[in-house]
Amino acid sequence: MEIRLNGKVREVAEGITVRRLLDDLGLHPMRVAVQRNLDIIKRDRYDEVVLQPGDTVEILTVMAGG
Amino acid sequence: MRNQATLKFGGKEFHSRLIVGTGKYPDSPTMQKALEASGAEIVTVAVRRVNLDRTQESLLDYIDLKRYTLLPNTAGCYTADEAIKYARLAREVGMSEMVKLEVIGDQRTLFPDNEELLKATRILVKEGFIVLPYTNDDPIMARKLEDAGAAAVMPLGAPIGSGLGIRNPQNILIILETVRLPVIVDAGVGTASDAAIAMELGCDGVLMNTGIAGAKDPVMMADAMRKAIEAGRQAYLAGRIPKKSYATASTTMEGMIE
Repeated sequence: MEIRLNGKVREVAEGITVRRLLDDLGLHPMRVAVQRNLDIIKRDRYDEVVLQPGDTVEILTVMAGG
Repeated sequence: MRNQATLKFGGKEFHSRLIVGTGKYPDSPTMQKALEASGAEIVTVAVRRVNLDRTQESLLDYIDLKRYTLLPNTAGCYTADEAIKYARLAREVGMSEMVKLEVIGDQRTLFPDNEELLKATRILVKEGFIVLPYTNDDPIMARKLEDAGAAAVMPLGAPIGSGLGIRNPQNILIILETVRLPVIVDAGVGTASDAAIAMELGCDGVLMNTGIAGAKDPVMMADAMRKAIEAGRQAYLAGRIPKKSYATASTTMEGMIE
């Protein structure tokens, strides 16, 4: 199924959880924040939140800045 | 006189009065060495999309979280709503309850939009954030931010990255008399004397990024800034002589031969 991830269309597995998506992307859950359709998903829900087709997902982390 | 031995906000205590940014360094190893040389305990970071296209090095590979406290900023935000969103995301990354709250009013000067800043401060304070607002040198604004529950006030010395130093020391002095919060000059520091001047005025700390990262030798400059902050602070605590228009001799006239 298709979702929008960090501004780009992406093909992901049906029924994928946030946790699984992070694993597939090689991202550590402790170092990111996840927003789905304008809602922040809390870390303790990464295993239960299942992405839907057309979801807009943003994965953020800390980057260099002043 | 602001003679507290340490910098305190949000229930935490810091010995270094220099807060340093992680942006704009020529490379990550230089950044890491500069942070070390600066003696900083708090470093600012931004919150941005993860780069998915390739496995690139993470900023966190170069920052020892046991050593540094992260201060996420809301850089690039032009409205209260945007800044609030980024503050919440920053907190969710899990590194800090502190936020350097920036709500920018103009792209060229990067001056704060104080109206939106105050709005965002009130909301974030209610949500339990430790808010450090980047503002201008308006003492009335500083008082409003204190009343809104900010944990510190961070007036700019000059525009971000301008290196112009403390453009309005008189206003900074008035802010120091107006609020009881820690006052941290944030933005505009270009060289060591600028940092020393801020501390000599009585400020509780200085936040800088470009002044170090953009220097020809960032590591050496970071060390210079550390010394300047210490010297300025010590000069303030030592109590300087007053400024006078005319001379007062250091040597007595007594005992001179005819």
